[in-house]
Amino acid sequence: MTNKLSGAQILIECLKAENVTDIFGYPGGAVLEIYDAIYNSDINHYLVRHEQAAAHAADGYARSTGKVGVCIVTSGPGATNVVTGIATANIDSIPMIIISGQVGTTSIGKDAFQEADLTGITMPISKHNYLVKDIKILAKVIKEAFHIARSGRPGPVLIDLPKDVAMEKTEYKPITTIDIPTYKPTIKGNAKQVKAVISFIERSKRPVLFVGGGVVIADAHKELMSFVEKTSLPVIPTLMSLGVFPFDHPLCLRFSGMHGLAHANMAIFEADLIIAIGMRFDDRITGKITEFAKNAQVVHIDIDPAEIGKSIPVDLPVVGDAKAVLKDLNSLLKKNLPKKEQWLSRIQELKAKYPLAYEKNTKAIKPQAVVETIAELADEQAIIATDVGEHQMWAAQYLHHRRPRKFLSSGGMGTMGYGVPAAVGAQVANPDKQVITISGDGSFQMNLQELSTISFCKLPIKIIIFNNRFLGMVRQWQDLFYEKRYSEVDLEGKQPDFVKLADAYGILGLRIDNVDDLKPILKQGLDHAGPVLIDVRIEREENVYPMVPAGRVLNQMKYTDKDAE
Amino acid sequence: MKHIISILVEDKPGVLARISGLFSRRGYNIDSLAVGESETPPYSKMTVVVQGKEHVLEQITKQLHKLIDVYKVIDLTSTQTKFITRELVLIKICTNSGSRSEIMQIVHTFRGRIIDVSEKSMNVEIVGDDEKIEAIVKLFNKFGILEIVRSGKIAISRGSKTRR
Repeated sequence: MTNKLSGAQILIECLKAENVTDIFGYPGGAVLEIYDAIYNSDINHYLVRHEQAAAHAADGYARSTGKVGVCIVTSGPGATNVVTGIATANIDSIPMIIISGQVGTTSIGKDAFQEADLTGITMPISKHNYLVKDIKILAKVIKEAFHIARSGRPGPVLIDLPKDVAMEKTEYKPITTIDIPTYKPTIKGNAKQVKAVISFIERSKRPVLFVGGGVVIADAHKELMSFVEKTSLPVIPTLMSLGVFPFDHPLCLRFSGMHGLAHANMAIFEADLIIAIGMRFDDRITGKITEFAKNAQVVHIDIDPAEIGKSIPVDLPVVGDAKAVLKDLNSLLKKNLPKKEQWLSRIQELKAKYPLAYEKNTKAIKPQAVVETIAELADEQAIIATDVGEHQMWAAQYLHHRRPRKFLSSGGMGTMGYGVPAAVGAQVANPDKQVITISGDGSFQMNLQELSTISFCKLPIKIIIFNNRFLGMVRQWQDLFYEKRYSEVDLEGKQPDFVKLADAYGILGLRIDNVDDLKPILKQGLDHAGPVLIDVRIEREENVYPMVPAGRVLNQMKYTDKDAE
Repeated sequence: MKHIISILVEDKPGVLARISGLFSRRGYNIDSLAVGESETPPYSKMTVVVQGKEHVLEQITKQLHKLIDVYKVIDLTSTQTKFITRELVLIKICTNSGSRSEIMQIVHTFRGRIIDVSEKSMNVEIVGDDEKIEAIVKLFNKFGILEIVRSGKIAISRGSKTRR
């Protein structure tokens, strides 16, 4: 007699076959069977306190390791709660599997209790999804789902599993091969086009190299470094790739765009060639799209053909994986290309002319100084997750960014509430590394229930709240573009005591409201063995500069409050 | 400009929703959409007529191709291949004893068929391209059209080369 397994047991076997060791989730009626199977398995399950956090934790797990993050939620509200997390992972191309429970197959479409059409809801915000109505295809679906999530341009894949399918029993045969005739990502770039990239560089006078999240996903930072050494191209990482090329490298222009560094924006404005690898010319990077790098030819290398020509016209397209294409380029470059000395000295000139700057020696605590102090005190290998807003931009500007997969931030979706649960995922995946969340007082409160997960799973995460008692980024826009009409952004006197809050969860809470305490208390917090929450009372109305106002050209930056119109 | 896109998809639940959803969320307008089994199950062939400039159509075809269940996408209008389009139209026309024979003559001339006759109306089946359908609808207008049902356009390439 063959040994039959339930759908839920098959799911666990398949997860093990994919080398999944950790999952994030929240139980419920439709996933009782799955949780019963988890009870006996050696997969580590981390109980979050809200399903959105399960998705962000799986996301942080994936971003910090490159592995597929996995979360499990129940049907209906459990599943709709992960929608934000799926959209966040999708737009940033993060490999993730979401298992959602579903009502029994005979109840589907009948508006049953806790029924929601999750495949319908997630169709536009996931890479792919499945509703598994037949237990015989379950193992195949899971195999395919992992393959789709991690290959090509990665993304989240949802598997909706009805309760009766999870309960039904069948013989389990492990699936070892995958054949999806309709899905064959292009990995190797077209040889002619790859070769042409080099002649584009040779013919150019003022080239820049744009590298995006695709280079991180492809684990191509070493190939990138040798390509830059061979070509001496100035490098501009995007928010999604910070760390893929060290910020302190002389050829690194740090990042560009709305709150990017002025010299990077000026370099793009002056460039006659842009070589973009694994990035998608997001509107936060281009500014006014019709004026973006008007005098430059564009070479676009991306694994997703739909990105090429989507936002800006491209002179040379190369469809392929960043690592594969960089390897091919490197092997074509037998010797180093001559340096474009004039352009490189112009770059140095721009760097000297437009440094990042903020007012120093003030009584108030400047947020930029907080980031600089964190950068100084944090471990070399620390992983830093951010939330979304002003603090995110200061973190992007002032952290050292020397290694890939160390800066986790919601780029495309700009999801407030991402930072704390993403750090949970990163800490689970990297138990020996220091994990820090840089958050704002607004963002932090969007997923603060995860203090419970952090405390009771004993995750030694350091949460640093940049507390200006404002929804700061919105306030900045109201300051600059709405005549300081601060509509619904002032949180002064409308906040809990974060130190007491930490204490209630059994987490060490610290407060910094004096500039002299900044370094010693940050050090005390970062050195603490367990989880810590540090409430830093920063200057209330500090704005993020430089800033390219929405819809403006990259060279039309504001540098200080005085530039404000 | 009108483009005719031929899409070969794996016939899975939800595939039509994936495709129509992609058109709506990216802001592309569908003029017509016809779908049916192809010569090789489990693949189905969809013919979509869509309006748009060259670069918009390029995005549409690329985005369609990104869908996991889509096997092949061809913008027939922008290839060198010659192709034929057809559409089936069913028209219900007001009739009386006086108009019936004139209508039958028109239908005959257009190589259509009368598929149902009642005291006050007649159902006519017409197959053709845009021009022919437009012409016959214009002629029928004077009798009074009660209802028109169109299948949406389908297309196939000329010659022995297949578009797979």
